[in-house]
Order: sequence, then structure tokens, then C-alpha cells
Amino acid sequence: MRRILLALVAVLALPAQAALNVLATVPEWAALAQEIGGDRVRVASATTALQDPHHIDARPSLIARARNADLLLATGAELEVGWLPVVQRESGNPRIQSGQPGYFEAAGAVRMLDVPARLDRADGDVHAAGNPHIQTDPRNMLVVGEALSVRLAQVDPANAAAYRAGYAAFAGRWRAQIKRWEAQAAPLKGVAVVSQHKAWVYLYDWLGMREVATLEPKPGIEPSLAHLAKVREQAVHNRPRMVIRAAYNSARPAEWLATETRLPVVVLPFTVGGTPEARDLSALFDDTVARLLKALQ
Amino acid sequence: MKHASIGVLAALGALASLPASAADADLKALREEIAQMKNAYEQRINALERRLVQAEGTLVQAKAAAETSAKQVARAGDGKATGFNPEIGLNLQGALTKTTLDPATWTMQGFVPPGEPDEIGPPRRRGFTAQETELTVSANVDPNFRGYLNLALTPGNTVELEEAYFQTLGLGAGLTVKGGRFLSGIGYQNEIHPHAWDFADAPLAYTAFVGNKLTTEGVQVKWLAPTETYLEFGLEGGRDNSFPGGARNKSGTGIGAAFAHVGGDVGPSNTWRAGLSYIATRPGGRSYEGVDGAGLATTVSFAGDSRTAVADFVWKWAPNGNAKERSFKLQGEYFRRTEDGRLMCAERDTSGACGGAAGITDSYRSAQSGFYLQGVYQFMPRWRVGYRHDRLDSGTPGFGPTLVATDLPQLAPFKPTRNTVMVDFASSEFARLRFQVARDTSRGAGRTDNQVWLQYVMSLGAHGAHKF
Repeated sequence: MRRILLALVAVLALPAQAALNVLATVPEWAALAQEIGGDRVRVASATTALQDPHHIDARPSLIARARNADLLLATGAELEVGWLPVVQRESGNPRIQSGQPGYFEAAGAVRMLDVPARLDRADGDVHAAGNPHIQTDPRNMLVVGEALSVRLAQVDPANAAAYRAGYAAFAGRWRAQIKRWEAQAAPLKGVAVVSQHKAWVYLYDWLGMREVATLEPKPGIEPSLAHLAKVREQAVHNRPRMVIRAAYNSARPAEWLATETRLPVVVLPFTVGGTPEARDLSALFDDTVARLLKALQ
Repeated sequence: MKHASIGVLAALGALASLPASAADADLKALREEIAQMKNAYEQRINALERRLVQAEGTLVQAKAAAETSAKQVARAGDGKATGFNPEIGLNLQGALTKTTLDPATWTMQGFVPPGEPDEIGPPRRRGFTAQETELTVSANVDPNFRGYLNLALTPGNTVELEEAYFQTLGLGAGLTVKGGRFLSGIGYQNEIHPHAWDFADAPLAYTAFVGNKLTTEGVQVKWLAPTETYLEFGLEGGRDNSFPGGARNKSGTGIGAAFAHVGGDVGPSNTWRAGLSYIATRPGGRSYEGVDGAGLATTVSFAGDSRTAVADFVWKWAPNGNAKERSFKLQGEYFRRTEDGRLMCAERDTSGACGGAAGITDSYRSAQSGFYLQGVYQFMPRWRVGYRHDRLDSGTPGFGPTLVATDLPQLAPFKPTRNTVMVDFASSEFARLRFQVARDTSRGAGRTDNQVWLQYVMSLGAHGAHKF
């Protein structure tokens, strides 16, 4: 009996209160918070790189985690609109409600691309605030990181200086890395590509690549054979060099087009953990650039 | 530009330092001229530098302005979803149904009819029918409250208030309070709206025990334990205006419900949730219109204790937790209801049944149970197949000596079953078409109904996030 009770206590044990509890919706913000906060934060990500961040169940485990979070990091721009509001409401946690300091949206710090001129679901899954996949441009990590360090300092004033220092150290390293990636990726400038989902506008904007078609007929609408055939026909004229998909995307549409057109398929990690190589934030861009360059050869 | 000017100056300087061969006056004039030129060039350089700085400044300002306006657009966009304007959504549902037996004769043998039939239970009409159209309006009231309204527009041209409640936003300590009319937190499927169901109709157990869904008009308090494992407890109290309650004029709570849910993940691919719920009410005169053994019209009403226990379980699987490609969902719930009180059988419309107008009243006890188990498999993007098995056991009611079993043929023991198969296609997360066939024996032995459904479910406007 005593053993059972002990086991029960272990299962239900309260989480350690020492570090700031940070719950990120996606792995990239978890990684960024870890870079800035170091051992002053205890970070968890609600999703993995192999999951589609638009379509996540408001799972019981997420609600339980949100219950104890001091800071909720979301992308915003309606990326998590299908599940995060339920998690916030069901958590009964006043700290992480929208409008509170404990709720942070990364998109608020970034210059958004693909802001639609009109909102109509006939255009697919459009986001009023713009394309939410901002993490594919490393320069956004600097602006989001800066805003995040300010927010961390606000939520946890005792460690404010540490967050400022954490960001300064990160930003220094990161600027040097961006220079290195830009130098490596120089051959990618102007390269035409086909992508599966409109997930890479910020990456293309950064490296000067051109998206000539998407496999999804409309954002968020599954690729159909008729649409894929059209993309294949267009490829004769606009001559893309590769087909790009995220690790979480279904493999079939890109592979179909690849066999039809003999184009290489590039599976990009999209976020931390998307490929075995993309273990952390800098490895994410190391691997992204390396995979793109490999496809050019 | 600047470098070029400096070069010119340097050349001039070199010229100026040429050995003096001319007269002193000439030299002086020359020096003055050079000094003037130097001055003029310096002024021009300064002017050019100022212009350059200004141009750079304008560029930065323009960039900043562009970014600010982009952010403002973003904020305006956020406002559309969660800000001051209410989120308005509409769910359109309709069906084409084909049944071998007339839907008007539908009854669940052995069970008390669960109130007025509605659109989300067994088929009510044959042919084309618009099912419930749900109109939802919701918004945050202020930083502390959220309001929600759900109106059901029925094909009978009536408007039903499905839900109208306020909910606290992060009350603290894991507490959430809801007040108004809302879907009760009991079981698993009860809180899920019909447009998000996996089959076109409610499980038989839901129809038999809570009249397709249990709606509470009152208050709900939920507490989420501060544990790593999901552990939630809830209490509800309200007026008993819906089945299995009914017709009691009393201050305070007429129906009480309690529930506990526990859930978690097993690896990234599996998620589960299990729960236990309890509903207690005390109907004061819950009645249904029936016929006696001779076919004469009767009114049967029950007063006494009604207690229902529910056990629910759901397990979801998706490779790496990514349900876009393939997924599986197993869901089952078990209901058990015991009722203890007095049953009155009286004539209706001077039919002379059940001892005429005075009626017969005696004690009544019943213990009834039922479950459903369903599995839905998404075998490729957008396509799913599902199977559901329903089974109920009416038990044998215990009547007091003056009640005659033949006067109450509706309550004669039976074990209804139903098997349902469905396949559905979702063109996006907002539009679904479903084909469903079912074999239903609810009406009693030898009265099997084969049902075919062709259903559409369309969601437009702001679409609130779904529960697990």
C-alpha cells in the first residue's frame, strides 16, 4: 500500500519551481528560449518537427503543461488558432491568457510577408496577419529573440540581467553565423524552386530564391493529381531546380513530381528536430543551407 | 564620391606645393585661389555628406514605417480573431436518408423515451433533410470572462438555444467556472458538437440515457490539478429541464453532475483520456405518451431518483503525432442508470386505459445499461472509415403489485443493438461529406431498420478550436 502511495506521489509530483516554466507551441521558440534563458528556464515544446503545427489536438498532456506554465510562447498570426485557444482556456492559468505578459507571440516582432489583401477561405487556409512560418529566416531569430528577452525579463524580473546577457551573447554568435550562411548560400540566389506548402517565403526572401509553384493548390489544401499535373506542365517553362518540402509534409506529392520531372526532392527540417542533423537552432540553418546546396549539384 | 573629392584635393595640394618660381605676389594670389577652391570643395563635400546622411535617414524611416504598418496590419488581423469583434461561425448540416421502416415509428424498446426527439439522434425523416444549422457567436467579454452562444436552427423552423454561457478566463489555481446553459462535461462525446462527430447520429447510449446530449442550465466548476499528468475534476449543478430530469419546481439545483478525467501521452504517437462521471437528478413527474397492451393511449410519468454513471475512454494514434496522413481513434463509453421511485400510468384522452383518469401509481425500480465502441481510421489524407457498435440492456423493471406489465409495453425488457459503418471525405478541415449505413434493432425483436445516410457538414466563418 505504501509503495502504491509513493508511486502515486511520484506520478503526481509537482514540477520543480526553481526555473521559469516556459511552454512553446513549436520547437524553434523552445530552442530560442533555451538559448536566451539558459538554465534559468525550463522549456518544453507542445509539438515536434514531425507534426503539422496548423493541425494539433488540444491533447490532455498539453492542457496539463499549460496549467503550470509561466510563459507561453506562440508563433501567432493564427498558426495555432485551431488548438491553442482551447489549451489556454482549459488550463485555468491566468498567466498565459492572451493579453497577459505570460503570453508571447513571435509574429508580433517580425515584418510579415504574404499579408493577404482579401480574406476568403476560397483562397485556402489564409492567415489575416500574413504567412506565419517566420522561423525559416534566421534574421527573424534576432528580432524575436530581442523581444523575447525583454518579455522574459518582464515575467521574471529577478533574472532580467541574465536574459539581457543571454540575448546579447546569442545575438553576437548569431550575426556571425548569418554572415557565414549567407556566404555559403550565395549560389542559391535567384534559383527557382517548387515548394509543397507555402512554408518558406521567409527563407526565399532571405536567400533570394524564387518560388515558381506550390504543390498545394491553395495553402492548407491537400495536393490533388490535377493540380500536380499542372505544376509538371509549368515546370517545362519556369524550370525549377528542386522540389522542397518540410519534414512533416506527406512525402508522396513531392516524390510524384520528382519522378515525373527528374527534379531532386529536398526535405528541409523546417524547425529544430526536423532532421537528425537539425539538433539545435544553428544546426537547423546549417542543415537547411547544406541540403539546399546539395540539391544544386 | 567623397574619396574622389579627396583625390582631387590631394592633387591640388601637390600642385600648391610646387617649388616657387613666380613672384611672391603671384604666389600669394595662387595660394589664395587654392585656399578658396579648397574651401569650396570642402563645402561641397560637407553638403554631399549631409545629403547622404539625410538620404540614409529617410531610407531607415521608410523601412521603419513599412515595418510598423506591416505590424499594424498584423495586429488588425489578430484583432479579427480574438479581439473586440465577436467570432461568428456557422455550421451547415444536412442529409439524405433512406430507411426501411418509417422513422415516425422509431422507439427504443425497453427504455423510457428520452424527451422530444431532435435532429442529432436516429433518423427523423426520410429523403432530403436539413439537420441542425448551428450559429455560434463568441468573444472575450473582458480580460476575465468569455461569452459563447450557440443557436440551433432546426428544419422545423424553430430556433433552439443550444448553449449560452460565460466562462472565466484563467481564474487561477487551475479553476474554471462556467455559467449559463452549456453542454455538460460528463462523458467524452457530450461536450463535442455534432458537426465534429465521427458519425451522422448520436450513439444509442447517448440517446437512451441523456436524450442525445446532456445540457446543464446552471453552473460548472472545474479544477485542473497542478500535475504533469492531466487530471481534471468537475462539478455541475443546475435546473433539471432536460432528460433524464424533468418537471420539478424547486429552488436550488435540480440536477447535479460530477466528473473526473485523466489523460496523457504514450510516446509522441499515442494520446489517451479516460473518465468517470455521475449524474444525479430527481424528476418530479417525467412523463411520456404511450399505449397500453390493447393499443389505448396512456400517459406514463415517473417521480423519484435517477442516477447515471458513465465511464468513458478515448485513444488516438497518429504516426509521430501527425494526423494529416494517417490516424486512428478508438472511443467507447459505458452508461448505467438506476431509477427508484413511483410510476403512474393514466389514460390519455379518455381512452380508459390504466384505470382511467385517476390512473394507477406504484413503486418502480430499474437498472439499465448500455455502451458503444467505435473506431475511425484515416487511411489517407482526407479519407476516413469508421465502425461503431451500440448495445443496450434495458434490464427487467421492478413494478409494484398494482402496476400491470401489459399496461406498459414500452418498458418490456429488450436489448437493442445497432451496427454502423461510415466512410467520409473532407475536402478541407471545414467541409466533410459522409456516407453511412446502419442496421438498427432498437424497435424490438423482428423490427430491424436499415438506414442509409448521405450527409454533409460545412463550417464557415470563425471556427473555434476543437476540444480533444
